[in-house]
Amino acid sequence: MAGSGTAHLRPVEEAMLRVEELVVDFPIGKSGLKVNAVSSVSVDIKEGETLGVVGESGCGKSTLARAAIQLPPPTSGKVFFEGQDLTQLKGEALRRVRPRMQMIFQDPISSLNPRRKVGDLVGEGLEIWGIGDKESRRKKVDEVLDAVGIDPETARDRRPHEFSGGQCQRISIARAVVTEPKLIICDEPVSALDVSVQAQIINLLQDMKDRYGLTIIFIAHDLAVVKNVSDRVVVMYLGKVCEFGPPDALYEQPVHPYTAALLTAIPVPDPSVRPEDRKVLVGELPSPIAPPSGCRFRTRCPKAQEKCAEEEPVVRELRPGQFGACHFPLEPGEELDFTRVTGQQVTAPA
Amino acid sequence: MSPRRQRKSVTADERFPSAPLDGPLLEVADVKTHFKTARGLVRAVDGVSFSLERGRTLGIVGESGSGKTVLSRSIMGLLPKRNVIREGSVRFEDREISDLSPHEMRQIWGSQMGMVFQDPMTSLNPVMRVGKQITESLLHHLDISKSYADELALALLSSVGIPEPQRRLREYPHQLSGGMRQRVMIAIALACGPKLLFADEPTTALDVTVQAQILDLLQTQQRERFMAMILVTHDLGVVAGRADEIAVMYAGKVVEKAPASVLFTDMKMPYTEALLQSIPKISDKSHTRLRVIGGRPPSLIDPPAGCRFAARCPYVQDKCLDEEPPLLPGSTPGHEFRCWFPVGTPEGRAALERNRAAGIAPPAYEPVIGDGATAPASTTSGGTV
Repeated sequence: MAGSGTAHLRPVEEAMLRVEELVVDFPIGKSGLKVNAVSSVSVDIKEGETLGVVGESGCGKSTLARAAIQLPPPTSGKVFFEGQDLTQLKGEALRRVRPRMQMIFQDPISSLNPRRKVGDLVGEGLEIWGIGDKESRRKKVDEVLDAVGIDPETARDRRPHEFSGGQCQRISIARAVVTEPKLIICDEPVSALDVSVQAQIINLLQDMKDRYGLTIIFIAHDLAVVKNVSDRVVVMYLGKVCEFGPPDALYEQPVHPYTAALLTAIPVPDPSVRPEDRKVLVGELPSPIAPPSGCRFRTRCPKAQEKCAEEEPVVRELRPGQFGACHFPLEPGEELDFTRVTGQQVTAPA
Repeated sequence: MSPRRQRKSVTADERFPSAPLDGPLLEVADVKTHFKTARGLVRAVDGVSFSLERGRTLGIVGESGSGKTVLSRSIMGLLPKRNVIREGSVRFEDREISDLSPHEMRQIWGSQMGMVFQDPMTSLNPVMRVGKQITESLLHHLDISKSYADELALALLSSVGIPEPQRRLREYPHQLSGGMRQRVMIAIALACGPKLLFADEPTTALDVTVQAQILDLLQTQQRERFMAMILVTHDLGVVAGRADEIAVMYAGKVVEKAPASVLFTDMKMPYTEALLQSIPKISDKSHTRLRVIGGRPPSLIDPPAGCRFAARCPYVQDKCLDEEPPLLPGSTPGHEFRCWFPVGTPEGRAALERNRAAGIAPPAYEPVIGDGATAPASTTSGGTV
């Protein structure tokens, strides 16, 4: 996999956020080695769109989103937010952009300060930026709390521990939208929640998007959730883009073998589907310290050839609107047997 | 070391002289587990019964707080004694084990029943090498030498699909990935060849691809060893193709229990229906509005008098608020459910229709499956009332 290249990007002026060839390296102590967490990834989002980012843990999806909002700044690459290159901004200038970009985290309970009252937590952004007077701030807090389905009267003076996980996530959402941001990054916002609460939060995010005109980067490892919320989906593997496209087409007929691998692994709530008949991916993610040459997925890919080791595939349009970084993309309807390739050699059960 | 060894060598065969091979492996009858807390008595598990045959898989599904984990720990006797009230009977191989002391249970843990926990990082000992963690139970239960135990550990590690097992035996848990750690947990649980394996959310902390690998591994091992398994999860997708029977728990009770194929096609309990509908499905178009279950589960300290799902149920009638439905048998053998107005029956449709007419169906939840209608249009179900 390997997905350098910018073929999938739309014209600069159309995108609200445009990330170009972003690289994030984390040095390992003084060893001189580095973890190549995100390697030359380009993505863009139009205003009002939801971009879904999927991949296994360690594929760099959170790092990509965080580097886009300069937390921490990327090692190299460019990030244009509403036409401004964020990587060139420093200090106060960068801080001025921050209220327009907000983040919602995975664990709703630990992402809220347990010692503060809900009203203060939600209104903090307004206070920092000195938006309005005390009375209008209070009104605004009540309005967003009400919008996320929390009764402001009872909630305002309570502390986070008095709320359930789902309610805390609603409060986090209220806190994120209160400064009227343009862009919200949701990093696994529903992974820690029960299925019934998960559905409530997904629907709420959709409502908030419509109400406040938000643009969302939605990171999750659950493919069904990502499909439900996204307008475009990017599939990542080991710091690279594998596939980029509209969710319905991408899930129906993936072009990249890795996307197909992810799709076959999803448990289906249907007892007539026999899970052991599926040919799921074997082995584990290679080390990001010494990633495979060429295409990074080749060690686990049944279609891999010599070319995949020698030459890194570049993102190109393989079907209309559907982009992939693969030398030997999937044909429509083609099925792969992932158990054929052992990757890091997994011994068969004795 | 030596006193323990001697005590152990008398055990294994004597304690389980000739376990009958017919009859269920595990019979759980009216198990209740209540916790004494400052706020009152929490009825975490409130009267659960089921039986499990050898080699079969029971899936227990429920949301957090439904009591599924407490139930499996109650059966295994892993709960603390203080401030816990345990009632009911647990029969393992026709022997009552609910009143055994922890000392007696030690002969059962590991050798007869094993458990795989949710979080492999916190359930492995971080300062003990993987090999030692596996041989620990082997040496406790079986009268074997250290070197033979090491050989067995090596064989176990390779049978659970760990590459380079020789090297891994000498490593510590932090040197392994999440999937590898869960494989080690499985190896530990399987070491002494238990007849029953509890898997408590074994894949919740793992990625989809690894999840599929681990579930496949559990299934192969189960088949090879003819071992019974209780698979506890919140994900209906995980149990769908892997459990023979599924029990759905809600607020400390089993609200529906059925063979897997029946549960998904002919569910009778509105909660099961609602749970299945709230899951985003991969086959749905993107931006499909999800059907949510409004409200929250009831307090387990002071549960409502009638049906525990009544407050969130679109089929709710006055009867549901006053009288608790018993576990009634369904049309298929083995199918049981707790509902006065079951999904897909004339009574159920009539109840739903009445609620719609009165405008009291909970918002944002429109039941569709069960009555054969594909859309929530009230006209289709109206005709059959």
